[in-house]
Amino acid sequence: MLDKHADYIAAYGSKKDDYEYTLSEYLRMSGIYWGLTVMDLMGHLPRMNRNEIIDFIKACQHECGGISASIGHDPHLLYTLSAVQILCLYDSLESIDVDKVVAYIVGLQQEDGSFAGDKWGEIDTRFSFCAVATLALLGKMDKIDVDKAVEFVLSCMNFDGGFGCRPGSESHAGQIYCCTGFLSLTGQLHQVNADLLGWWLCERQLSSGGLNGRPEKLPDVCYSWWVLASLKIIGRIDWIDKAKLRRFILACQDDEMGGFADRPGDVVSCRDCIVDNIFLLCVITVCLPLLLLPLRWIRSTHCSESQVSPSWGTTRSSRSTRCCVCLRTSCRGTGCNPTSSAN
Amino acid sequence: MSGLEETSNDLLKVKRDQELDADADEELEDDFLVDSTRYLFYRERKEWADLEPVPQDDGPNPVVKIAYSEKFSDVFDYFRALLKTDERSERALALTAEAIELNAANYTVWHYRRVLLQSLSKDLREEMRYITDIIEEQPKNYQVWHHRRMVVEWLNDPSKELDFIADILSQDAKNYHAWQHRQWVIQEYKLWDNELEFVETLLEEDVRNNSAWNQRHFVISQTTGFSDPVVVEREIQYCLNQIKKAPHNESAWNYLKGMLQDRGLSTQPGLLERVQELKETHCSPYLLAFLFDCYEDALENSTEEEQKGTLEMALEICQLLAEEKDTIRREYWRFLGRSLKKKYGNFVEPTADAQEPPASVPGHQESS
Repeated sequence: MLDKHADYIAAYGSKKDDYEYTLSEYLRMSGIYWGLTVMDLMGHLPRMNRNEIIDFIKACQHECGGISASIGHDPHLLYTLSAVQILCLYDSLESIDVDKVVAYIVGLQQEDGSFAGDKWGEIDTRFSFCAVATLALLGKMDKIDVDKAVEFVLSCMNFDGGFGCRPGSESHAGQIYCCTGFLSLTGQLHQVNADLLGWWLCERQLSSGGLNGRPEKLPDVCYSWWVLASLKIIGRIDWIDKAKLRRFILACQDDEMGGFADRPGDVVSCRDCIVDNIFLLCVITVCLPLLLLPLRWIRSTHCSESQVSPSWGTTRSSRSTRCCVCLRTSCRGTGCNPTSSAN
Repeated sequence: MSGLEETSNDLLKVKRDQELDADADEELEDDFLVDSTRYLFYRERKEWADLEPVPQDDGPNPVVKIAYSEKFSDVFDYFRALLKTDERSERALALTAEAIELNAANYTVWHYRRVLLQSLSKDLREEMRYITDIIEEQPKNYQVWHHRRMVVEWLNDPSKELDFIADILSQDAKNYHAWQHRQWVIQEYKLWDNELEFVETLLEEDVRNNSAWNQRHFVISQTTGFSDPVVVEREIQYCLNQIKKAPHNESAWNYLKGMLQDRGLSTQPGLLERVQELKETHCSPYLLAFLFDCYEDALENSTEEEQKGTLEMALEICQLLAEEKDTIRREYWRFLGRSLKKKYGNFVEPTADAQEPPASVPGHQESS
């Protein structure tokens, strides 16, 4: 079954005349990253066209240094991160102008330490994460004002221990992943109240075993990633009932039609956007090892509904020992220790 | 006999209907492509003949596609052409609207639209009406909300925002984008006055709306703050009232704890007693967790003698939650129990769940 997934992803790039392919152009870079991650984890990376992808990335780097989702689109932090993650997977950072990427990111930091996603100024802790994750991969974290960046992210910590997208915003599992990832990369995890946040995160688990993203919302398979990764980063992953979550994820699989529904009992629908499917497949692929489940448990060939925004992923180079959860090379993936300092 | 005939007639009828449907579909497709009163591709429009469409960089498409995807390619081919020459015109603005309708998540289209709005000095109030329509159709799209914020800033006029957001929230009371925008408008333009009332209306409709609870905290912390004891007592009362209506309410308990945790839960006079009272009639895992938090806080501020009793009660709660009331989080409750024992348990006898035989009598095992 893993081969079917590999086939599915390998075929995605070749269907350039597909409506779905065109529709997903605005986040192509992230789609490629998730696809490559799945292929790499399944041991199929060589099947992808490395040179074509690197050429594509080169063509997406703009004058300002930022990288766009696809050719002809505007540069954005989200896709700059995805591009750098891909180049790390392929050990070819020299293909782009790294100094310009750094300059682009530095230029997006605001006076209060926050980061805009692009020149149009949307502020969000997602972009704080994208900025430091990219710089960490490039080894250039010192180019931004890290203290100010940390100050801003901490100002987004809420009364329940969680984080939102801006100060005052409701705690949300996706934003929490970005903020804990950020604090891990900047060596500031000790500023998180790990017991309080850990409790908030494990409260995401419902009796079905599935996870939601905020209190009183429905569970969704995609939250498995943000909640699990966050718990792993703060060293509290044992607080989730892993067996129940495994059962939930596997129960979302549709044995007849193939694919995942967002929760058991829902219908697997043919999503308009293949990239959402690939994202969900990527989520499942990285989550299963965290749940101590081997990859062969994935029985699907298509995935389904996910209302999630792109570009919250990880990078994992088969040649480096960078942790796939917190992105630190010191971690080695055996347990993201909140007290160890960032690389 | 007649039954059989009817059956075969029905089958024939079904088959004919199916054939008819198939034929109709074919005809419809032909009409769709050829009938010029329907939809004209940009490549067929005279007023666009001056532009050379720019296909996707990976070359022309060899395979025949469904009509809708052809429309998509056509619109975006011409969008790329406009970008190439950086054309600033009404027709460009009109095309961005069509591109947005096809794919509202394409952020480059929104950028270009903003550039055009400024270049052409367009009526921004009309743009606000357009944005309202798009958000009504696609309320979870990041780009359109950010676009709205930019236009509100350009206009420097937030007067329609609170009502608009209230309308969106009436369709989905937890829409994260709507709440972000609301917080920005309120903070930027200092529109705090009626917000607490608005929050209470929403909580009347759904007391479990976590976004509304978050907003409550936002409003109070940015206005009166939580240091005034009158405010705190009012909020405690509010929480407990809501909890009585719906005991299994994570948000209400989170709010209560969040408000008090910095000053210490056990320092709030009478609170512990009120919660213990509630336990009899409106118990829930959240109430028990809150009680635990109270005991934990009390342990920090008690004498050694007092600690003994408090610790026992706290550990009882951990056990109850781990083994019965909240088993899915048993690892968490066991962790808390162990932490407490480690910190305060030196002088306390082993609790009921740790039956150990006295070490001084070897071989003598008590059965549990």
